[in-house]
Amino acid sequence: MSDPNVSAVEQYRNNFLREVEENVDEGQWVKMCMQCGVCAGSCPLGEHWEHSPQKLFMMIRAGKREAVLSTNSMWMCTSCYNCVVRCPRQLPITQIMHGLAAYAHRLGLAPKMQPTRDFSIQFWENCTRTGRVNELRLTIGLYFRDGLVAGFKKGWSMRNVAFGLLKAKRLNPFELFKGHECKDRKGIQAMLKKANEIDARKKRPTT
Amino acid sequence: MSAVGEMKTAAYICRGCGIGERLNTKQMAMVAQKEGKMKVVREHDFLCDASGVQMIRDDIANEAVTHVMIAACSRRAKTEAFNFQDVPMARANIREGVIWSQPEGAAAQEVTQDMADDYVRMGCAEVKKMKLPAGAPVASQNRRVLVVGGGMSGLTAALESAEAGFEAVIVEKQGALGGWAAQLWKRAPFRSPYTDPVDTGVAELVAKVTNHPRIEVHLNATLAQTSGAPGAFTVQVATESGATTALEVGAIIQATGFTTYDIAKLPELGGGQHPNVVDQAGLEALVIAAARQGVPVKRPSDGGEVRSVVFLQCAGQRDDSGKHLPYCSGHCCNTSIKQAMYFKDANPAIDTVVLYTDLRTPGMGEDFYRSGQTKGVTFTKGLASGVAAAGNSCTVQFRDFILDEDTSIEADLVVLATGQVPNSGVNIDIPEDQQPAVKPISILNLTYRQGKDLPQLKDGLTDSHFICFPYETRRTGIYAAGPVRRPMDIAQATEDATGAALKAIQAVENAALGRAAHPRSGDLSYPIVPLEGCTQCKRCTVECPFGAIDEDEKRFPLFNESRCRRCGTCMGACPVRVISFENYSPDTVGSQIKAIDMPDEFSEKPRILVLACENDAYPALDMAGMQRNVYSAFVRVIPVRCLGSVNTVWITDALNGGWDGVMMLGCKHGDDYQCHFVKGSELAGYRMSKVDDTLKQMGLETERVASYEVAITDIARAPQLINEYVAKIQEIGMSPMKGFA
Repeated sequence: MSDPNVSAVEQYRNNFLREVEENVDEGQWVKMCMQCGVCAGSCPLGEHWEHSPQKLFMMIRAGKREAVLSTNSMWMCTSCYNCVVRCPRQLPITQIMHGLAAYAHRLGLAPKMQPTRDFSIQFWENCTRTGRVNELRLTIGLYFRDGLVAGFKKGWSMRNVAFGLLKAKRLNPFELFKGHECKDRKGIQAMLKKANEIDARKKRPTT
Repeated sequence: MSAVGEMKTAAYICRGCGIGERLNTKQMAMVAQKEGKMKVVREHDFLCDASGVQMIRDDIANEAVTHVMIAACSRRAKTEAFNFQDVPMARANIREGVIWSQPEGAAAQEVTQDMADDYVRMGCAEVKKMKLPAGAPVASQNRRVLVVGGGMSGLTAALESAEAGFEAVIVEKQGALGGWAAQLWKRAPFRSPYTDPVDTGVAELVAKVTNHPRIEVHLNATLAQTSGAPGAFTVQVATESGATTALEVGAIIQATGFTTYDIAKLPELGGGQHPNVVDQAGLEALVIAAARQGVPVKRPSDGGEVRSVVFLQCAGQRDDSGKHLPYCSGHCCNTSIKQAMYFKDANPAIDTVVLYTDLRTPGMGEDFYRSGQTKGVTFTKGLASGVAAAGNSCTVQFRDFILDEDTSIEADLVVLATGQVPNSGVNIDIPEDQQPAVKPISILNLTYRQGKDLPQLKDGLTDSHFICFPYETRRTGIYAAGPVRRPMDIAQATEDATGAALKAIQAVENAALGRAAHPRSGDLSYPIVPLEGCTQCKRCTVECPFGAIDEDEKRFPLFNESRCRRCGTCMGACPVRVISFENYSPDTVGSQIKAIDMPDEFSEKPRILVLACENDAYPALDMAGMQRNVYSAFVRVIPVRCLGSVNTVWITDALNGGWDGVMMLGCKHGDDYQCHFVKGSELAGYRMSKVDDTLKQMGLETERVASYEVAITDIARAPQLINEYVAKIQEIGMSPMKGFA
């Protein structure tokens, strides 16, 4: 099995737009953007984006594959759907942003340690393991993502909140060791496996 | 009926619509009788109803009334009820002009009544100076429509005229009908669904025109001479051999279309430098040639396969450097989308990029644009800085406005979207010695003293009353249609030609009855000029916006009534005041100015004369009344046909008569003029700029004469202007001229 990224480049050469259309959720909409910039102006986090959705669409058409897939821009999307509501061409911009992020992640080109991406990975692994989110482990995982010292510092700064939660019986320290599972853990996992298979079948195989 | 020439005047005072409650109509009747010297004076509770109208008709029939003055609503209201074709009629505007524009209550009662009484005096004075217009003498009644140009616009104009029952003649310079549209492979869609290029339909249109019993076609022909007037044009149609045929026609539609902007003027974009760089017309030719052979479009340089095409929008257009066309040609974005589809529909693997700064897709073009995107045409917002063409490939250098970078793109074929250059003929406003080196060839070869062709509006485009009446030109009976007057696409040209055909029909019908054409359509009055008073100063011939006045062999003005629009600009221009209309003259207005009861210097009641353009300012004041927008009771408004018809004698008469100020309300002039008569308000502005000296000689403040531009929509602003002006006059003080007249 070859590196999916390398094979994609081989296959599409300069036609990145076609690659996006065939591999990214709702990617077929990218060509319909009319470059009005309303999405860019509507995004509440706009100033934190390296490239606005408008610009990303143009970059895709211009074949800027590397720049698009390695940017942290689409990871900034908080799914507020402001852009989708306002887009005069009715592009599902939010979905495309998540689609692009997921595709970049699949190809291994997404920026490492990008907080949103990091959280997504931790959350997904955490909840698919037992079928339930283990909040304590997830929190600790996020505290220590920047290293041991940073983790302890963060934990110490949040100690009052933690004690409060303990007192209110909202935090069970034993969850750290075992944690509770859903009723049918195997069933959930089988379901997820099946969903993955279906998803993979829908996407064009990158052989 | 009384003996011919005996005048019997009658005044009718309406008490309806609240006039009776607000005003002392008995007093108004007394004024009409005592001061207005009206022979018959009647009041009525509801003058515009059947009994009121019948009363007037009975007086005309049984009492031998010859002149009617109606003091009721505005002259713009109840025109169907007060429609007495057999007598001259004046209307005193008591409803909109007095009770609706003045506040109710005892405090305002006196000045409101003064106003009403004055309008009655003015109406009585005016009607006595009016005559019933007889209609211009009809020279000829030719109803044939001549269409110059056999392209999409010309064909449509001829066909529409013929289908409406009128004969049409097409004079086409080339050897075949169809024009540019016949050089296209397909046209952009003009009906739903707006998704794909469609057949041009030119062949069918040409066949319809060629076989039409009422259409005559002259190919390889031009106009050697055009003379005459609406209903009586004579044109000399010249063929290549030099032989000419004379044709009599009633109206002319100039649909001479456009030439494409010369691609060789764009060498930096590869224009004229390399066979793989073509303009839109060049691409159509390539596509047609390929389709005839049943093969895909090939690269012109070597006949190789075309895998990528780049379209450069606005090439040599929307240029502010003065080098190229300053305007947008309107059709090119849709055309480029259409041409990109030629490739995409044939082979989706061909890359097509449209490089634009602003994609402008008029009409339902937005759907067509979307269809282009669906088909995979790439739209890139940017501006090309250069095209380097070598061998079989072109490199387009451009600034990407979205990604904010300079970049380039490779293409087998580059298409430049150059614009339309109108075929307008000679620019008659440029003096002979300043004409360009390569002299344009005249299209109409008019024998008018004003020049050989239609005037040009802007950027070489043929004249058009752009804002209000697009097909109207400044030459009565000659209409411009299609891209010659404004850049446009086929759909717009078709619509334009239909409109122009209707205008031409209206012109010949009016000319045959001796009536005016637009905008005073149906007016029977025409300028009457006793030449014994004329000093041959030529102001009327020069200032007539419509080229209606030639010169006879003795250098007197020669009026062509059917070319005249009855604006009265000549009347306003004439320093010896010999030009007048039967129902509108220096006297009809002058007598009103002199008729009012002028309060003395110590009355604190100034009088301000408002001369309001009847097309815009006067209706705006009427509507102000309808909305009860109050304005000063010290003004007396006289409607004028156009500010251009205002003769300075009225101003001096008013000031000598003790009026405290003169306010002129006319239409916007300048590049985006709204004057119905194109130049009227501009000429008035020019004339009034010279009034200051007169004022100073009279020892009066220059503020006592003021002009304002008022649009028909200025319903709130016009009363405000009046109030501000009245306040200013009150500040200056009363005129010292009172009591001398």
